[in-house]
Amino acid sequence: MAEVERDLDLKGRISFWPLDELINWARSRSIWPLSFGLACCAIEMMATYASRYDIMRFGVVPRPSPRQCDCIIVAGTVTKKMAPLLKRLYEQMPDPKFVIAMGSCACTGGIYHYDSYSVVKGVDKIIPVDVYVPGCPPRPEALIEGILSLREKIWKR
Amino acid sequence: MEEVKLLGKIKKKFRKGVEAQAKEDIIEVKVELPRLLELLAWLKSKNFNYFSFLTAVDRKTHFELFYHLVNIESGEKVLVRTEVEREDSTVPSVVSLWKGADWQERETYDLFGVTFEGNPSLKRILLPEDWEGFPLRKDYEDPDVVRRPEYF
Amino acid sequence: MSVETREFLLNMGPQHPSTHGVLRLILKLDDELVLEAEPVIGYLHRGVEKIAENRTYKQFIPHTDRMDYLSSMLNNWGYIRAVEKLAGIEVPERAEYIRVIVGELNRIASHLMSIGPTGLDAGAFTLFLYAFRERERILTILEKACGARMTYAYFRFGGVAQDLTSDFINACREFLKDFPQRVNEYEELFIENPIFKKRAKGVGILPKELALSCGASGPVLRGSGVSRDLRKTESYSVYSQFDFEIPVGESGDSWDRTWVRLEEMRQSTKIIEQALENLPEGPCFNPDVPRLLMPPPGEAYAAVESPRGEQGYFVVSDGSYKPYRVKVRSPAFSNLSLLPHLLPGHQLADVPIILGSLDPVFGEVDR
Repeated sequence: MAEVERDLDLKGRISFWPLDELINWARSRSIWPLSFGLACCAIEMMATYASRYDIMRFGVVPRPSPRQCDCIIVAGTVTKKMAPLLKRLYEQMPDPKFVIAMGSCACTGGIYHYDSYSVVKGVDKIIPVDVYVPGCPPRPEALIEGILSLREKIWKR
Repeated sequence: MEEVKLLGKIKKKFRKGVEAQAKEDIIEVKVELPRLLELLAWLKSKNFNYFSFLTAVDRKTHFELFYHLVNIESGEKVLVRTEVEREDSTVPSVVSLWKGADWQERETYDLFGVTFEGNPSLKRILLPEDWEGFPLRKDYEDPDVVRRPEYF
Repeated sequence: MSVETREFLLNMGPQHPSTHGVLRLILKLDDELVLEAEPVIGYLHRGVEKIAENRTYKQFIPHTDRMDYLSSMLNNWGYIRAVEKLAGIEVPERAEYIRVIVGELNRIASHLMSIGPTGLDAGAFTLFLYAFRERERILTILEKACGARMTYAYFRFGGVAQDLTSDFINACREFLKDFPQRVNEYEELFIENPIFKKRAKGVGILPKELALSCGASGPVLRGSGVSRDLRKTESYSVYSQFDFEIPVGESGDSWDRTWVRLEEMRQSTKIIEQALENLPEGPCFNPDVPRLLMPPPGEAYAAVESPRGEQGYFVVSDGSYKPYRVKVRSPAFSNLSLLPHLLPGHQLADVPIILGSLDPVFGEVDR
């Protein structure tokens, strides 16, 4: 089985995949994020879930409980009061888990980087981040691009 | 005019420690701290039952408190200002007059450090419970804060 | 056999699908009956009032957008009114009409966002999707005016940033042609729905004196029978030239507050139609405003009627190019202080309905 052709088109043909690659492919096609909307980016996240930019067609189903998800989309500003709770939610998620930082406030502190005494300057100071989606707020198309890049990252890991 | 009548009433009742003047659509009353509660209670009895907001401004040598009250039926507005010491400032609380003053006083305590005696639950509301210092004071130092560079 | 119940504390945490943002509610329950409720806020406190002391007047405008992020242009308007009052700047008439048009469009968008999630909390998921469909149409129209979908920073001292194009005006007229019929549809499907009526009538009754003493404003105050709307009492800008009514509720329960919001959408449609008819020609901003604004020392307070209530800005200036202090009088903060008085005596399932009818936005509550 040294030369095995990995074939993406499965119609009517047999292809051979290594098992973990098949599992990664399946995981990437059904990312269930935790709905963690904090501020203005949450509204654009909700617009992405609604009918115009429907993200459920990508297999993305938002779940309210951290025990049932494998991704967390941090949308909005993280303050020092909220930071321990974010860490606790991240630890409650089962492995393998991924993080998307949505919006400039989650990436680097955004418009509140200077002169604010209570904003954490970027979510990656608390939890490790996989995909950064910049924008203030990012358009729904940008968030879809972020989710598609996360898919690529999971599959081709 | 309504404002002039109210202005006249204030001047007649409170001669000492109170100065009042009418700006374009609002009456500003400057009062000294000992007579603050008396003035506010009198205003409440004159139907100023809408408590709009309470805030403080740090004037470097003292704090200045502003109370904004509205009379819904006649549409008159009053802005009461008073000066408070910076260290160990205690102000009588007006929670017994207006219930909305509770959260507004907690916020002023949280950000400036002005204590309101008589408030049933004076604790921090916007910052975490264990925060030290009062951020909106002009001399607040915090090593975490990154200052924006001056361009002018 | 008798059943005994015990009191216990339930934490409706900051991360919850039904709280409209980051609110923590500590509820003391006796078998689903709420005895005491303590809201804990501050999870989105970003220190905006301190940031204002280190920015120029113009640089603070994007910060005002992000406070009540569902209707950003009306926040801009409040701050700009306060600074214009302080510095004595005049606004040309066309700019005032443009401000009214985009302001009322924002009001419709924000009320849709409030009725939609209330339906979601009550169990009507389709209403949420319908509300978002309308909101997407409005955001596309507003994008034609200023280029952004949500946080605009469109207003400037003495006018607006750019003029309206004919593209915008045509799209607006198209939208207004069938929007009233959609509002009738939502009324029939949701507000007059017997299931929602059973869930929301008689729930969260707010007496008039409590509303006034807590400083409630907007649909929360109007649902309790007080007819106070800053567009009529103060008649700022050019609102005195339009003909519209203020819907007022009777009993002050959650159904009345939601109904007031629906009626306000209808009145906003009327205002926009009248403004589009009578839009005058002229400049859309005042060219005498200096680029670096330095108002004279003093204080000024100005408020606008935002979808949540009376949003006011108290600006203190000391004569330099930075404000000395900006205080934001946020309506959602005052409305939310009603919660500890409203919730006791209700069942646990009523809590999301009451919270949805108060309609808080936490960017504004916590600043």
